[in-house]
Amino acid sequence: MLEFPRWKVWLIGLVIAAGMILSIPSLIAGTPLGSRWPGWMPQYKISLGLDLAGGSHLLLEADSADAQKQRLQAMEDSVATELRRDPRIDIGDISTNGGRLSFMVRDPTKVDAAVDRMRNLTKPLALTGNRDWDVQVVDSTRIVLTPTASGTAQAMKDAMSVARDVVRRRIDPSGTKEITVVTEGGNRVLVEVPGVEDPEALKKLIGQTARLEFKLLDLSANPADVQAGHAPPGSEVVPMASGGGAIAVKRRVMVSGDQISKAVQSFDENGRPDIVVTFDSAGARRFGRTTQENVGKPFAIILDGKVLSYPTIESPILGGVASITGNFTVESAHDLAVSLASGKLPVKLNVIEERTVSAELGQDSIHKGVVASVVSVIAVIIFMLVTYGRFGVYATIALIVNAFLILGIMAMFNATLTLPGIAGFILTIGAAVDANVLINERIREEIRRGRRLIDAVETGYHEAFRAIFDANVTHVISASIMAYFGSGPVRGFAVVLLIGVVTSVFTAVYFTRMLVALWIRRSRPRELHI
Amino acid sequence: MKLLKLVPEGTNVDFMRWRNVALLLSTLLTVASISYTIYRGLNLGIDFVGGEVVRVEFAQPVHIDDLRSRVGRMGVGEAGITTLGNDRTYQIRLAKPPGPETASNVMVSKLRVAIPQQYAGAKVDAGESVSGKVSEELADNSALAVALAMLGIAVYIWFRFEWQFGVGALLTLAHDISMTLGFFAFTRLPVDLNVVAAFLTILGYSLNDTVVIYDRIREDLRKYRKMAILPLINLSLNETLARTVVTSVTVLIALGILMAIGPQVIFGLAIAIFLGVLIGTYSSIYISAPVLVWLGVKPDSFLRTDDKDSAQPEAA
Repeated sequence: MLEFPRWKVWLIGLVIAAGMILSIPSLIAGTPLGSRWPGWMPQYKISLGLDLAGGSHLLLEADSADAQKQRLQAMEDSVATELRRDPRIDIGDISTNGGRLSFMVRDPTKVDAAVDRMRNLTKPLALTGNRDWDVQVVDSTRIVLTPTASGTAQAMKDAMSVARDVVRRRIDPSGTKEITVVTEGGNRVLVEVPGVEDPEALKKLIGQTARLEFKLLDLSANPADVQAGHAPPGSEVVPMASGGGAIAVKRRVMVSGDQISKAVQSFDENGRPDIVVTFDSAGARRFGRTTQENVGKPFAIILDGKVLSYPTIESPILGGVASITGNFTVESAHDLAVSLASGKLPVKLNVIEERTVSAELGQDSIHKGVVASVVSVIAVIIFMLVTYGRFGVYATIALIVNAFLILGIMAMFNATLTLPGIAGFILTIGAAVDANVLINERIREEIRRGRRLIDAVETGYHEAFRAIFDANVTHVISASIMAYFGSGPVRGFAVVLLIGVVTSVFTAVYFTRMLVALWIRRSRPRELHI
Repeated sequence: MKLLKLVPEGTNVDFMRWRNVALLLSTLLTVASISYTIYRGLNLGIDFVGGEVVRVEFAQPVHIDDLRSRVGRMGVGEAGITTLGNDRTYQIRLAKPPGPETASNVMVSKLRVAIPQQYAGAKVDAGESVSGKVSEELADNSALAVALAMLGIAVYIWFRFEWQFGVGALLTLAHDISMTLGFFAFTRLPVDLNVVAAFLTILGYSLNDTVVIYDRIREDLRKYRKMAILPLINLSLNETLARTVVTSVTVLIALGILMAIGPQVIFGLAIAIFLGVLIGTYSSIYISAPVLVWLGVKPDSFLRTDDKDSAQPEAA
C-alpha cells in the first residue's frame, strides 16, 4: 500500500496534468481569456451540440426510386454511346420500361457482338462475384439489361458518398464552417449546421438535384402529340419550368452539368439575373462541336427534368462559356449557381427529420445547466466532507480531477457536448462518488473489525475494488450498447458515460489511493479518523 | 470533528423478514404499472410517433382554450397544445398526417401563416419534425438497445457470479423498467429520446447497487460456509447498508438540484433518474437478494468443482 513508486506518482501526475491542459481551451472558449491561451499549447476543443449552441438539424433520405431511375438513365446513355462505336450493330429504340433496359438488335448475326459490348459495360462487384447488371438475350434478338440487387446497393452506397460531399459543398462552399455532414445507415445523410435557425434556406439548397442538361429540340415532333405527352422515337417530352406546356427534345444529351467547372450568378444584357457557367475542357469541346453542327437550331436548357429556356444557337459557342436564363430572382439564380458549381446530387434527397433549436434557448440551457452542475457538485462535496473528513477531501479532489479528465478526453476526440451529455457527466460524477463511498465504508468496516490502520486501508481498497470493477463493467456494457444502437441524444449521453467510467475508476481508485499512501507515508498517523 | 454517519454502527435490520410482504407489494405494483401503461399508453414525444412541433411566442398573454379552439379551425388536423411555463409561449404539436412526407410541411406552413393573422405579433419559430419512418426506427432502436443492455448485463453477472445472480439481476431490471414506465404513463410526462437515456441510466444505477450487494453476498458465502442463507443475506445487506444509503443520498442530492434549478429540457431526464435511484435502491434489496433464496443459492455455489469433490466425503 505504502509502496507507491516514484514513477507511478509521476505517471499519475502526468495524466492529470495532460487532462487539465487539454480541457482548458474548451473552458475558456468565448471568454476574454480564450484569446490569451498560448498558440503552442494544445488547441483541442469540445464542440457544443445543436441543443446547446442552437442551429438546424436535418436528416435526409435518398429517394431510392429516383436513384434507380437515374441509374437506368445513365446506363441508357452508356449503352447508346457504346453501340455507336460499332456502326455495324444497328439497334431499335432503347426501352426503359419496368426498371430494365431492353433493345432489339436488327441484324441477328450481330447479337453476340452486342452482348459482348454490353457485358463490357457491366462491372464486377467486390466479394460477391456478381456483376452490377444482368445481360440476357430474350427472343434471340432482344437484349435485356436488368440491375442486380447487389449492383443497386453498391450504386446507392457510391451515390450516398457523393451526395454527402455535394451537400457539404452546397451548404459550405468555402469549407470553413463547423458543419456536420455524415452518411447514416445505407441511405441517409445527416446535416447539422450550428447557428442557422432557418432551415428553409438549407432545404432549398439541398432540395435541388441540380441535374443540368443541354438537349437539342426535336422540331419534327407534332405539337399536338407533344402536348398529349407523346414524343417521336429518340425524343422525349419535357415540361416547361414556368408551368406552361411542354416541348419535345432529343434524348441525347449535348452536354451535361457534370462538365461544368464554374458557375456564378450574373445579369444578362437586359439586367435580369442569370447564371454564367463555364465548362471544363472536354465539356467545352463537346459544346463547341454540337453548337457548330447545329447553328440556327434551338436547344433546351433542362434543370431537374424541367425546361428553363430554349434559346436558338446563333453562332457556335466555342469559348466553353454559356449563360443560362430563366425566370430567376437574384436569390434563386445564386442558389442555382451554388448548386451547379457543387455538382449534381447523384440522387434526390428528401428531408425526413428536421429540428431547430434557437440559440437563445441553447444559451439559457447552458447557463442553467452550468449553474445547476456547479451547485450540485458543491452540495456533493459538502456531503462528502462531513461524512468522511480527510478521506472526503481526497474524494473531492478526485472528483474535480475527474471532471477535468472527462472534459480533456472529450476535447481530444473533438466530442460534442449535448444536454444528455451533461446528464451523463453528472451520472459519472455520481459513479465516481460511489466508488469512493464503497472504499471508505469498507475501510470503516475493516477498522471496526480491529484491523490496523495500514492494513484496513489496504484491505478497504482491495475488497472494494471488486465491486467497483463489476459495477463499472455493467456501465460499460450498457453505455456501449447505447452508443452503438442509440441515435443522436442517446449516443451523446453514452459517449460521456463511457469516457467517465474510465476516468472515474482512475481517479476514484488509483488517484485517491496515491493521495492516501502519500499522506500515510508523510505523517505516519496512529489512528484513522474516518 | 465528528463525522456524519447516516447509518449508525452495529445497525442490524432484519430485511429478509419482510421479503414476502415486499414480494407481494412489488408484484402488485409491477402488475399495476404494466397494466396501467398498456391501458393509458405513454405520452410519446415526436421522436417516437413522428409529427411536427413548433413553438409560438405571443406578444400578449393568450389563454390555452382560446388558442386550442382557433388552432382547431385552422385545418391542421389534431393538434396538441401545451404551455411552456407561461401564458405567452406555447408548444403546438401536430400529428403526422397520412400521405407523403411533404404533407406535414404543408401543415406547418399553414400554422405559420394563420397564427400571426389571428394573433398580432405572434412569432412561430422553426420547430422540429420527425417523419413516421424515422420515429418508428427510433422506437425500435431504443427498445432494442434496452433489451440488449439488459441481456448483456445479465450474461456478465452470470459469468462473474452464478446463474441465480444473473436471473436475479434480470428480474430486478424488469421490475425497475416496468415501474419507471408506469410512472411515465401515470404522470403523462413526455417520453422522448432523453428519457431513453434515463432508462438506461436507471438500469446501470440499479445494477450498480445490485452488483455491490451481490459482491458482498458472494464474499460472505465464501467466508461463512456454515451460515444459513437468510441470515447471511441479512448480514450482507447490513454490511453494505451504509454505502447504499450514502451513495443514494449523494446521487439524490445532485439530481434534486438538477431538477430544481437545471434547464427545463432535462427535467424529464432528471426526474426519471431520481425516481430510478429510489426504485433501484429498493429493488436491489428486496428483489435481487430474495431471488437468490428462492433460486436456492447455497454456500458451496462459489466453490470450484474440485473443492466440491473433496468436500463431499466429509459431508458423507
